[in-house]
Amino acid sequence: MKVEEILTGGEGEKLFLLGNEAAVRGALEAGVSIASTYPGTPSSEIGNVLSRIAKEAGVYFEFSSNEKVALEVSAAAAASGLRSFVFMKCVGLNVAADSFMSTIYEGVRGGMVILVADDPSMYSSQNEQDDRLYARISGSPLLEPSDPQEVKDLVKFGFELSEKFELPVLVRTTTRVSHMRGVVELGKIKKGKAKSTFERNPSQFVVLPANARRMRHELIQKLRELEEFANNCDLNRIIDNGGDSGIITSGSCFNYVMDILDEYRIPARVLKLTLSYPFPEKLVKSFLDSVKQVTIVEEVEPVTEKEVLSLIGKYGMKQRVHGKLDSTFPRAFEYTPDIVRESLSKSLGLNLPEKEKLESNIPLPSRPPVLCPGCPHRATYYSLKQAVKSLGIKNIIYPTDIGCYTLGAAPPYEMADYLLSMGSSVGAGCGFARATEQKVVSFIGDSTFFHAGIPALINAVHNKDKIMLVVLDNRTTAMTGEQPYPGVPIDGMGDTAPEISIEEIVKAAGVGFAKIIEPFNLGKAREAFAEALRYDGVAVVIAKHPCAQITARERRKKGIHIVFDVDQDKCSRCMICVRDFACPAIYVARDGSVHIDALLCVGCGVCRQICPDNAIEVRK
Amino acid sequence: MKSIYEIYLTGVGGQGIIRVSTIIGEAAMKKGLRVVMSELHGMAERGGVVTTEMKIGSASSALIQKGNADLLLALEPVEALRSLEKVGPSTTAIVNSAPIIPFTVSLGISSYPDVSQIITELQAKIKNLFILDALDLARKAGDLITLNIVMLGAAAAIPGFPVEEELLLASMKETLPGSTIEVNSAAFKNGYEAILAGMSRK
Repeated sequence: MKVEEILTGGEGEKLFLLGNEAAVRGALEAGVSIASTYPGTPSSEIGNVLSRIAKEAGVYFEFSSNEKVALEVSAAAAASGLRSFVFMKCVGLNVAADSFMSTIYEGVRGGMVILVADDPSMYSSQNEQDDRLYARISGSPLLEPSDPQEVKDLVKFGFELSEKFELPVLVRTTTRVSHMRGVVELGKIKKGKAKSTFERNPSQFVVLPANARRMRHELIQKLRELEEFANNCDLNRIIDNGGDSGIITSGSCFNYVMDILDEYRIPARVLKLTLSYPFPEKLVKSFLDSVKQVTIVEEVEPVTEKEVLSLIGKYGMKQRVHGKLDSTFPRAFEYTPDIVRESLSKSLGLNLPEKEKLESNIPLPSRPPVLCPGCPHRATYYSLKQAVKSLGIKNIIYPTDIGCYTLGAAPPYEMADYLLSMGSSVGAGCGFARATEQKVVSFIGDSTFFHAGIPALINAVHNKDKIMLVVLDNRTTAMTGEQPYPGVPIDGMGDTAPEISIEEIVKAAGVGFAKIIEPFNLGKAREAFAEALRYDGVAVVIAKHPCAQITARERRKKGIHIVFDVDQDKCSRCMICVRDFACPAIYVARDGSVHIDALLCVGCGVCRQICPDNAIEVRK
Repeated sequence: MKSIYEIYLTGVGGQGIIRVSTIIGEAAMKKGLRVVMSELHGMAERGGVVTTEMKIGSASSALIQKGNADLLLALEPVEALRSLEKVGPSTTAIVNSAPIIPFTVSLGISSYPDVSQIITELQAKIKNLFILDALDLARKAGDLITLNIVMLGAAAAIPGFPVEEELLLASMKETLPGSTIEVNSAAFKNGYEAILAGMSRK
């Protein structure tokens, strides 16, 4: 399949789509006008697809500088009467939360769908937060798709629901839904309006306390009406396989439950909650009336379980409730079919043993993710380490940030001491500079600098916090799949765009020492780092070199095939390139000799600069 | 035979595992079969382990229970061992014998077993096992990067694989760039024939 088919595929056609790709199609079928995001796994492919097809689809799409801005762009579009779509990863909603809360109070005129992709088991996130709780804090209706077909259908339905109740609608996926592929039957694409006119109404759109107090009442009224809608909505449906045991489930867990019930022919009544907030109390109560006990199958937080328990308490019902709170299910991490099989064995009193599986006692090497061969961050870490060593500075604190360079935490660099969230390296750096006598060297990526680094840098200058900041500028948002950001001359539509200079921002903020370095020139980089380390005040070094993925593509395009090799006659096996530089293309053979893997080497040549034997040369 | 065919694919980031899984899934869809697949993106891809799980037939979830895979397609030998818990007595396994040594080995913080030891272990445990040097077969096809397609061709030759060779090739041609079709078709053939040769030896 080609990406373009997500747009060109006709009504009734079937495509094998990723959940994230299906989300794009759903928005197009709803006639979306404006879409915005800040990239983050597991939601990133939604933006990647949109940036490829938005222009042809007649949709405006942008990679905003952060999630809060993305949400505000879409909120204003919806306030103007257009349909807008904003999407982000789970923790992205923390960044956007302030404006998110107000958007729910104010409501919308055009439909607005907010998709958040949770990451149970934290495959690529810093925590396992359950964004279903955000629906409850804010009062936004919540839809939970189970597979790509439902992602498409629910994103589309979300716009209708949003307009019916004049509220933004939250669609919550998880990694296993966003990154599930399945057969999706397409509907008809609708062309959205390109522009609208905003009709002013400050009592609706300005959250002055006096207005907000009225909005609070209105929101509660809307939620009452929505609850009645959810009680009768066929998205919340009962699959009756007989018996007097009930199961309430949603999202990916629904799939595991259905497969296990099917395979082992277990009689049970299943309530699938898809429009799960406002909690459809009447529907759930009548479901509970039809069963003797109920098992709640949900990942991360016992959200539904607590709703059910409170309902049972409220009506004085007697049904046993199995879930996380009675330890039927594990408290943390994502579920699997095996976990659901085991847990249902317990709650339903069945014997569903694990299948025979093979095991091996051979110890296996770990294979953690690693900075790519030719990655400029490796060169930056290497020369900074050299500079620190030459000055003999001990006990440095290295606050780091979110991006590929977080992998600098791994040996041999181990230059990552503190991390909270996007942009935290700079703010935390200020705190360490105040709380300790230690030298503080913070790392931040280029896209992360624009996302949340700038206010913290201004804080550092204004409050005279003596920190050194290394901006790792690899000209892209690498970790999430190379999206553009304000520092590059291209935007989400693929058009040329003003390139915002990190150096000029740094200087305008009043930073006394600011220098751009080429990290592949190790000697000069080391000198600049040494100078910055000695500077008494806020010092910023911008290490600027394109991501190895970008340069590798350019080399392929130009037909350049230079790779390096080790001259075994010259190599003294000092292991500096292996142990201190640690490029994954360099390896030690069983006889102890050092080699460069011709498939992995991208010809950056940095190892050549560090070899004391001059043993690394171009492979002939 | 079960009505659902479950495939577990494993290897290392950059080997084209998601690509080859998608080709199988699209071919199954074109045949009119139900198919679901689960893949892992993001941080997991920077030289780390990459796996996909796929079910062809009437399944809701793509995740495979322990011991329940019908086919294990391992693009790297150590990763085949790491996936053993998905393998049961009736699983067929196809394993590429060319290793990719993780950097943790060079740093001296872990060690990579001898490939011969891995093969002996796999042979001792898995009844329906095919081992091939997919890297060499890719080289013979004309490009090392076609290793994943060698493995696709190998899968197509397994009795009971639910999607025919022609459909897989058609799906491959729709997905890959036109200029690479010739070399990839050769890679597919090399993998397919390696399995046929392996079966005639059994």
